[in-house]
Amino acid sequence: MNTNTRSKLAIPDDLTKRREMLKDRLDPKKQRIVVCGDTGCTVCGSRELVPVIEKVLQERGLAKKVELKIAGCLGFCENGPLVLVFPGAVFYQQVQAEDAEEIVEKTVLQGEIIERLLYTDSADGRKITCAYDIPFYKLQKRVLLETGWYIDPLDIDDYIAHGGYAALAKVLGEMTPEGVIAEMKKAGLRGRGGAGFPTGLKWEFCRASAGDEKYILCNADEGDPGAFMDRSLLEGNPHAVLEGIIISAYAVGAKEGIIYIRIEYPTAVLKIEQAVRQARELGLLGRDILGSGFDFEVAISKGAGAFVCGEETALIRAAEGKVGEPRQKPPYPADVGFGGKPTVINNVETFVNVPLIINRGAAAYHEIGTESSGGTKIFCLVGKVKNSGLVEVPFGTTLRQIIFGIGGGIKNGKRFKAVQTGGPSGGCLPEEMLDLKVDFKDLAQAGSIMGSGGMIVMDEDTCVVDVARYFLQFLKSESCGKCFSCRVGIQRMLEIYERITTGAGSIEDLDLLEELAVTVKDASMCGLGQTSANPVLSTLRYFREEYLAHVRDKRCPAGVCRPLFRYSIDKELCIGCGSCAEQCQAEAIVETEEGSYSINPELCTRCGVCMEICVADAIIKG
Amino acid sequence: MVQIALNGLRVEVDEGMTILEAARFYGIAIPTLCYLEGLSPYGACRLCLVEIGSPGQSKLVTSCTYRVEEGLIVRTDSDWVIKRRKMLIELYLATCPSSKVIQDLASKYHVTSVRFTPWYEDCILCGLCVRMCAEQMQGKAIGFAHRGSNRKVTTPFDKESEVCRLCGGCMYVCPACQSRCQGPQEEQPVCNACLNLQQPCLDYFDDKMCFMDPCVACELDTNRELKVKRRL
Ligand SMILES: Cc1cc2nc3c(=O)[nH]c(=O)nc-3n(C[C@H](O)[C@H](O)[C@H](O)COP(=O)(O)O)c2cc1C
Ligand code: SF4
Ligand code: SF4
Ligand code: SF4
Ligand code: FES
Repeated sequence: MNTNTRSKLAIPDDLTKRREMLKDRLDPKKQRIVVCGDTGCTVCGSRELVPVIEKVLQERGLAKKVELKIAGCLGFCENGPLVLVFPGAVFYQQVQAEDAEEIVEKTVLQGEIIERLLYTDSADGRKITCAYDIPFYKLQKRVLLETGWYIDPLDIDDYIAHGGYAALAKVLGEMTPEGVIAEMKKAGLRGRGGAGFPTGLKWEFCRASAGDEKYILCNADEGDPGAFMDRSLLEGNPHAVLEGIIISAYAVGAKEGIIYIRIEYPTAVLKIEQAVRQARELGLLGRDILGSGFDFEVAISKGAGAFVCGEETALIRAAEGKVGEPRQKPPYPADVGFGGKPTVINNVETFVNVPLIINRGAAAYHEIGTESSGGTKIFCLVGKVKNSGLVEVPFGTTLRQIIFGIGGGIKNGKRFKAVQTGGPSGGCLPEEMLDLKVDFKDLAQAGSIMGSGGMIVMDEDTCVVDVARYFLQFLKSESCGKCFSCRVGIQRMLEIYERITTGAGSIEDLDLLEELAVTVKDASMCGLGQTSANPVLSTLRYFREEYLAHVRDKRCPAGVCRPLFRYSIDKELCIGCGSCAEQCQAEAIVETEEGSYSINPELCTRCGVCMEICVADAIIKG
Repeated sequence: MVQIALNGLRVEVDEGMTILEAARFYGIAIPTLCYLEGLSPYGACRLCLVEIGSPGQSKLVTSCTYRVEEGLIVRTDSDWVIKRRKMLIELYLATCPSSKVIQDLASKYHVTSVRFTPWYEDCILCGLCVRMCAEQMQGKAIGFAHRGSNRKVTTPFDKESEVCRLCGGCMYVCPACQSRCQGPQEEQPVCNACLNLQQPCLDYFDDKMCFMDPCVACELDTNRELKVKRRL
């Protein structure tokens, strides 16, 4: 059989045969160069690398022998563009076009390592060659992300060669829908979209719902600022998402599915479209899939990108072509969903776990994670950590392990202050909470949420009052605006923040803020409004002192809220060079009689230029 | 029929009824701003909050959109409900002090002070006008546009409507402008109730309606600066 032909896979055996034919793709000795093609690395120039490497391989006559792959996100976005060279998983970072020839020349041809492109361990300054030895990767449990290193997301055969669609064949050939649902329950799979609802239970409700016409919706809206787990999965391994969707459709009894994806993800859209096309060509979508008698089709719906459209009821409306506004539950989508029909709606990452559970078996899968949440969770670790990027860890890993182990601690020798989990409506947790195990329940008890997996680390230079204000600002424009409590409550909270951060706040404002926040939380209809108070309430709970400093002492300890701190010059340290006065745009710095300089706080705009410029470190902020 | 516990009373109500309908049927008052018999329930004003579920596991839901179910425990005036409701009324007062409907609500529920800067809005986005127009007048001349703090009621593309029949139904149901009230103002914190029953727009125009934003007539009436300032 020629694998280039797109002949339909009529029975499970055809799939096995095809995989057999593709066996040599798995050869561990095969030489391979993997270039990260995800957005982060692309921005840093990874796409320019590809034609250069191609050309060099061509010139050396290696085009056949050495495989060149453009992968999805390799995870360590901080250090892009990333290149992996196999065998050996040699990890090169910040690779530029001029390095390409050398990589082929030295590493591919002679197995020589290029020191300058290696990762240097932030702890001991050691150079590390193999990706698996880098603490950032070593301390993770990359069961979902790992495949992205080996397969070409645009080629279904690559996925098949690496065991793809085997779970689907197994489900269709050997399992009943009830059996699949039972397996999901046993695996302890919970939705990764935010709420953590048990997936098996959700499927069971929908399966039990009356009617023959049912739908599967894949939530690929991912609207949290700074979160890109779902995008990476869609770009790196789109077939895994698709396989999960088809299996869920079989379990629920749906004949049609919709992937609702935000249009701001053009590459992800392209890849999932390609995946659907290829799967259809091979008969993995359509009528009588693998000869099982099961029919299923998938459509792709592109969302225009309102954050609130990620909420399931709003998403259903948006997919129906209506205004994306949430509605009151019950009825739940499992009873009344798309087009009024029973619908299962799951997150991208949730779907990717499904084939994994079938392949490994629920029990083995559940060995990872906690009692109540099986498996791993992908986080977007960003902010003031040394190593930022995509991080996959088992449920139950502590925040400390993630931030200080994988993340390598805080940048520039600063102190850790807070970590914000769960996107805009998550909460800020302080140092005392670092040993908290990351889990849906524990995070909620601590006043934050899991959300879809955003994790923003903040250091001592961050003002948590300002952070809370920032998130409210986002929610103010992203709320749908229907509930009076959410729309007006958020704006009124912002008004209070405006006062607090400009020095006009009072102690009573803090009580008012709290009263308002709980009202917004209790009185609003959907998850957006109900969680919008989290940034406010969690910072009030853990960082009250900082609020008090703002309202009582009119001082911003972190030096962020401009009206609430000052720059001054330490006369002892000032060497009288005058460069600060030269650079000050506000002309706020004047020479004193003793030959040093001083800053007029009335004129100073708190831009901080003087502090950067002073060679004597004589400028004091506070 | 289903049985529910309404403020501790065991009562029977028709299946499919909302909590609000059931409560009203039994003579229990729940304040509303976006509900009107004859229009579909909308759940935007959040004033009709009630507490449902057994103590310890209860939550607040809007009674106008929540349908009764067998064994449902409902408390319409628990401490929790009253606290949140009063805060909402305070927010309404600060948003739209010139609405007599809102001033009356405040008096009824003992909201006597406002801790926020008044905005003098002409609309609370309750959506009554939109539903009135679509469901009773078969007009569909107005609807919501934008989201979040920019949400407003308007005609498609803010153009003068070709389908509006100038029936006035929208104004008739509007809680924000059906009767005007001076409201507590800086110099004069007393509500001069009912001094100004005439919609200001009618003094100036024959055919302009309250769905214009900014409403030309109301702009003349209120302090424009205040409106500009509050948009953060
Ligand atoms: C404001 C808001 C935004 C949301 N955005 C997303 C999103 O971008 N992606 C997502 O998968 N779920 C999002 N959710 C959660 C969904 O409503 C829903 O719970 C989820 O898609 C269910 O899938 P799961 O069970 O697999 O988690 C959002 C919820 C709210 C309230
Ligand atoms: S809580 Fe906010 S986002 Fe949700 S429905 Fe209400 S107004 Fe819209
Ligand atoms: S006046 Fe116009 S907008 Fe108002 S209800 Fe009548 S038709 Fe609708
Ligand atoms: S114009 Fe009046 S009726 Fe219409 S939404 Fe605004 S407040 Fe409600
Ligand atoms: S009357 Fe129920 S929300 Fe307005």
